[in-house]
Amino acid sequence: MAIKFRTKNVEVSYSDKKAIKDISLNIKKNTITALIGPSGCGKSTFLRCLNRMNDVIENCSIKGSVLLDEQDIYGPDVDPVELRARVGMVFQKANPFPKSIFDNIAYGPRIHGLASSDNELKDIVHNSLEKAGLIDEVKDRLNDQATGLSGGQQQRICIARAIAVSPEVILMDEPCSALDPIATAKIEELMNEISETYTIIIVTHSMQQAARVSKKTAFFHLGDLIEYNDTDKIFTQPENEKTQDYITGRFG
Amino acid sequence: MIRKNIRSRRARETRLKIYGISSICFALIMLATLLISIGLNGYSALQQAYFKVDISVNTEKFVDERDFLNNKKMNLFNWDGLVQSALREFFPEVKERDEKKELFAIISANAGYDLKEIVKKKALGSGSHTLSVWLHLSDDADQYLKGRLSIDIPEEDRRINNKQIAWVNSLVERDIAKLKFNKAFFTSADSREPESAGILGSVVGSALTLFVTVMFALPLAIMASIYLEYFAKPGRITDFIEVNINNLAAVPSIVFGLLGLSVFLSTFGLPRSAPLVGGLVLGLMTLPTIIIASRASIRSIPPSIREAALGLGASKMQAAMHHVLPLAAPGILTGTIIGMAQALGETAPLLMIGMVAFIIDIPTTFTSSATAMPVQIYMWSDSAERAFYERSSLAILFLVAFLISMNLLAVILRKKFEKKW
Amino acid sequence: MPNLPMSLVFFMLIGTSLFFYFYSKNNILKKAAFVGQRSKALPSHYGQQSFLWAFIPSTIILLFLTVGGPNYIDQLFYDKIQESNPKLNQSFVSLILAKVINVSNGKIATDDEKILTLASDYKAAIDQLYFYRGLVVILCAALVGMFVSSLQSPRANARENVEKFIINIFFVSAVIAIFTTVAIILSLLFEALRFFSLYNFFDFLFGLHWAPNVAIRSDQVAAAGSFGMIPVLVGTLLISFIAMCVAIPIGLFSAIYLAEFASPRTRDFVKPTLEILAGIPTVVYGYFAALTAAPFFREIGFSLGLDVSSESALAAGAVMGIMIIPFISSLSDDVIRAVPQSLRDGSMGLGATKAETIYNVVLPAAIPGLVGAVLLAVSRAIGETMIVVMAAGLSASLTVNPLDSVTTVTVQIVSLLTGDTEFDDIKTLSAFGLGLALFFFTLLLNIFALSISRRLAERYD
Repeated sequence: MAIKFRTKNVEVSYSDKKAIKDISLNIKKNTITALIGPSGCGKSTFLRCLNRMNDVIENCSIKGSVLLDEQDIYGPDVDPVELRARVGMVFQKANPFPKSIFDNIAYGPRIHGLASSDNELKDIVHNSLEKAGLIDEVKDRLNDQATGLSGGQQQRICIARAIAVSPEVILMDEPCSALDPIATAKIEELMNEISETYTIIIVTHSMQQAARVSKKTAFFHLGDLIEYNDTDKIFTQPENEKTQDYITGRFG
Repeated sequence: MIRKNIRSRRARETRLKIYGISSICFALIMLATLLISIGLNGYSALQQAYFKVDISVNTEKFVDERDFLNNKKMNLFNWDGLVQSALREFFPEVKERDEKKELFAIISANAGYDLKEIVKKKALGSGSHTLSVWLHLSDDADQYLKGRLSIDIPEEDRRINNKQIAWVNSLVERDIAKLKFNKAFFTSADSREPESAGILGSVVGSALTLFVTVMFALPLAIMASIYLEYFAKPGRITDFIEVNINNLAAVPSIVFGLLGLSVFLSTFGLPRSAPLVGGLVLGLMTLPTIIIASRASIRSIPPSIREAALGLGASKMQAAMHHVLPLAAPGILTGTIIGMAQALGETAPLLMIGMVAFIIDIPTTFTSSATAMPVQIYMWSDSAERAFYERSSLAILFLVAFLISMNLLAVILRKKFEKKW
Repeated sequence: MPNLPMSLVFFMLIGTSLFFYFYSKNNILKKAAFVGQRSKALPSHYGQQSFLWAFIPSTIILLFLTVGGPNYIDQLFYDKIQESNPKLNQSFVSLILAKVINVSNGKIATDDEKILTLASDYKAAIDQLYFYRGLVVILCAALVGMFVSSLQSPRANARENVEKFIINIFFVSAVIAIFTTVAIILSLLFEALRFFSLYNFFDFLFGLHWAPNVAIRSDQVAAAGSFGMIPVLVGTLLISFIAMCVAIPIGLFSAIYLAEFASPRTRDFVKPTLEILAGIPTVVYGYFAALTAAPFFREIGFSLGLDVSSESALAAGAVMGIMIIPFISSLSDDVIRAVPQSLRDGSMGLGATKAETIYNVVLPAAIPGLVGAVLLAVSRAIGETMIVVMAAGLSASLTVNPLDSVTTVTVQIVSLLTGDTEFDDIKTLSAFGLGLALFFFTLLLNIFALSISRRLAERYD
């Protein structure tokens, strides 16, 4: 299967503190890849490298290369704005804009000029909500404030918002950490459904979640990539002792 | 699709940045223009035109039995005449009455008074003395020597005529008149004559006023903020107090002046123009600022400190006074300095309570008539004489320099005591 | 009678109170030893209790007598003068009284026998008052101190008593904010009502002519003056509007740049510099407006063939705008930075540019706070005094031409109250009418602005 992301010796430091060291990883297209590891291991930092969200943070410097479809995303001719349209992101805490549900979803298509007419925009919003499995819950109140929805719904709005830009990759940074089990289940179901069309990379602190949703899993520890393999392998017969210790709950 | 319009989207971003940068530049350029224009207006007031005369004076006329100079007798003596006749010796050709008048106009109207003060200071014994003294030229001669009076305009529109200019030039050529450091500006109070006017009176007035302000506002602010942070029960009264404090912080300062006029002056009968009243009014005005800063400072102390004290059996009051207040003190101090800087620069309320009077004495008590630095600046810039403008500018430079150092001090204190809990 | 000035009485009071502090502190130890158990609170708490009870009530009496006493004596002498000359009108009696007072404290000299006798009587009365003031205050402190310290028992918890006392003092300090507001409203209202008893309220509010004529003689026909505040109000709003045209765009764009684009180093330089701009006294801006900006605008207007007044609203307004820039930029900067980073991340994560994020996400989220900041700035512009006193005009012309000279509410208040006018004069009273209008106008703006900002703060807490 084709490789979507190829990272070579990626190293990120904040001021002079190294957050991740020498990460080389190949991420397959249209699969779900999970990044696991104890907190502070650098998995979120790595994730934010993939769509250059680290650019926003002061004093953050990055070395090595990240290739998206064999093109270096840190190359001089790459516009991070364009990149982020291809590599969408869903954050740990649901962050709907304080606007209506419709405007939240329509925001991406609007700024990128994806719709040439109002009707087209409506279609995009409708389709995205449908893909996110939200359409039945919100179709009668598209003009309500998105901030008035429940936490799980807010997070799915954020996913729908990301889908609306039709990205190739969706990065998810612990998307379920603030949600209850039912809402989590719904999001996992949603991830499964959309994984055929999108490459999904998810950071999670829950090993069960990684085991449930992902095909491939990478285990990070203290800024190093310890092990990267098929999820089944990692959870049944890990090669590294640290991985073994972590998934059996000896630390973390 | 996306690539197509990305250029115009980027252009929009650049435009926003340019708006931002040019706005900031505009503000900074305005600050520079303000300071530079005032500096250019004011630097020349550091110098003052003086002329040197040799004067012989016989003190026998005004010493008393114990060989001390007697004030009353000295005041009766014609000092002006003494200076004027000394001046006339330089220009023996001046004989006509009108011409003499013109000649005497190039020296300060206060020259005689200044001479008397010099004699008094020297405490000369009885007998005949010859003194060589430097006295002020008039403000017009001073402005002419500094090149601030344009001589291109017709003579009759000028404050100094051609004859007078020739006299002044001749004094300068003979090395009798020259620009020297303007000592009077720093050592005297206000005067009708620009050349004798100084800022000391208003500086002392400001100092007395600020002292009252601090003594009044700081204790009240500390007590009020401790109450509001630790003892106030949430409820209508507390809410109402908070609304009042926040609103008072935004009430125009002149309204506090009206309050002072009608409550302190006409109801309580406190004296007009007094630093006491000025201090109270400014205190009421800065109270909300200090309370808001003090509360923020108290709130930034983590509850764990207070809980630790309470856990050892300290009372709420003891926890607040022994542990929280000392830790919050730097923040309170910073807020106080900023409040004081605000009070020091305030003019409008002082106008309302009569601190705008023309006062030639340096104030000595909290109830004597006084003026304050910003009011002095206001009065001088309102005067007709050109020479008052440069004094006004110089006074501004001093005031602004002092205020900036107060604010810097506050910033430094904040940086120094800033603690991340 | 011995002379007891305020400062001496105050020091004696402190001394007396300190005496009771030490006395109680020692006394409670003795009492505790007598009972044979430790006192419930520290000995110093008993000392503090006595100190507070001796000091605070006496201080209040002292202040009361100091402020009220001379007023009472003035009233007595006023009546006395009135009685001896029933024909004199009120202002003349006040004049004589003022003379008597000034003679009594040696400020002026007189040969008038009657005045001299009155003055010496007055001085005697004041001396007597001050003597009794000292006596009453010290006696009160001593009696209360003795009473409190003799009642103290080691079984009673003095600390609680002291703390309750102190909390009450703290409470009074906090309530001063309410007192101040109430005092402002009452004093403005009281004088304004006197004004409205002389001048029709609606003529004041809606009158189109403002001319508080200078009466040279009180019997002059033209002395009445007319007090329609509309031209003054229009002038105030015109200058504030010009100021806002300068301050809002520049302040907002500066804030956006500082909060969203500037590097930390730029911020560290620009923010304190803008604070300097904010810390410059308004009288300095007034000086700049009157002596630099106004001639500058006049020159420019002249070269364009326009007739610009030397006290143009434009010059005063523009300089006021410069003064308000840092006010708006620092408030807006705070508001913009209070918008949670997660919203920015959400937008950037979708591929929005920074500008799009700002226009579409950050500013809409910050809008209530920004509106609040602008309203506070407007309130400040309306209440600003020195710039307009120095750079705007005195005569009230009803115009919205920025090149003309207009006057403002604050200018009129200052010019009406800084002359040597009688306090009861209609002109003086009209200033309080304007003051009342100014206070209520800015009060409404402030309350509205603060409540909007508070709602924003609650949303993102």
